[in-house]
Formats: sequence, structure tokens, C-alpha cells
Amino acid sequence: MKIQILFFGIAADLTEISSLDLDVVETITVASFKNLLKKKYTQLKQLNSYAIAVNESYAADELVLKENDVIAVIPPVSGG
Amino acid sequence: MMKTSIKITSEKLDPEECYRFVADDSCGGIAAFIGVVRNDTQGKKVTQLEFSTYKPMAIKEMQKIATITLDTFDIQKIAIHHAEGMLQIGSIPVVISASAKHRKAAFLACEFAIDTLKERVPIWKKEYFSDGEVWVNAHP
Repeated sequence: MKIQILFFGIAADLTEISSLDLDVVETITVASFKNLLKKKYTQLKQLNSYAIAVNESYAADELVLKENDVIAVIPPVSGG
Repeated sequence: MMKTSIKITSEKLDPEECYRFVADDSCGGIAAFIGVVRNDTQGKKVTQLEFSTYKPMAIKEMQKIATITLDTFDIQKIAIHHAEGMLQIGSIPVVISASAKHRKAAFLACEFAIDTLKERVPIWKKEYFSDGEVWVNAHP
């Protein structure tokens, strides 16, 4: 199934990507998606931590992704 | 009656706009937190700051914070405005204002809202120096 991935802040700089579509297996969880991400974009190892948002809300590792979900890679925030 | 005002803008922030929004005849006090771009970080001279946002999610998170703050403290109204784009020293990246019957709740509400915004809202700050640039908090 197709999902969309968005990178922000330093994650966008490291991957040199702001947005891409990706084909993933159905019933993939956020945790497995993070593993996939780690393998596909080894540059992200330079980040100590990042959060994942699914459809504009922070997502727990157990959440199962659905077709056409928008997944955002959220490095540590620094607003304010 | 709208009790929250949420905004992310590339225009100059106007603290007066937040003040006007939260002002209410039932309130005896209005508190505000105004963030300002400082000229140094850990002794290093900063020339400017750039704020980038995941705007739709940031708006949602700011709205959630406003709602939780209203539910938690005895305030009447709250405004949370944030800037995006390039900001110069002395510019205002964030304004939070709350009105309350009594001052204590307004102070506490502003503190809670800015602390939570800094923890949760997907906004990123890049500091520019004379010899380069760095994403803030990227390697905590």
C-alpha cells in the first residue's frame, strides 16, 4: 500500500527530502516503519531521537498504518 | 464566544492583537508571554533565526494546548500566536496571552502554555551565526 512521508527540520536536511511516496506492506506498525526508515536512510542515525506523526497527530509505536496515511518524521522540536 | 485564538504567520506578530482578543469585561487581569529573538546562544553571536513548521499539525497541537490550558486553569480566554520564516534579533517569534478573573491563573496559564508548546508543537528553529547555521535541539 502507498503512504506519504514528510521530513522536517534536520531530518529533511539529512535525507535531502521533504516529501516522498513509499510502498509498504499492509499492517505495518509505526515501530516497523521506524526500522524501515533506519535502514533506508542511515543518515537519520545522526539524530538521537525523533517522533512519528500519522495524519498530523503524534503516533505510538503500536499504531498500524493504513493506505494513504501521511507519516511525518519529527525531529526534536524547538519552537517558541 | 471564541475562547481561543491560534495563529501561525509569516507576518510580524502583534502582541496587541492577542491582548485585544483575550480582553474581557469579566476579567481583572491579562498576562502575556512574549518570546524575543536573542543575539547570542551559549556565548556565540546569533545573526538571525529561521522558524520552519509542520503547519497543519502545529496548528492542531497549539489548539490542543489552548483547550487543555482553558480546562486546567481558571482563565477566560487564551491566544497563542507563532511566527514562521526568517526573524531578526529583537523580533517576536511567539506571543501567548491569557485573561482571567484573578491574575494568578493568567500567569500560570501562560507559563504552562509556553512550556508545553516548546515540548510538543512541531516547529523548528535554525540559528544562523557568522560562520554557519545549526538546528536547535537537533542533537540533545
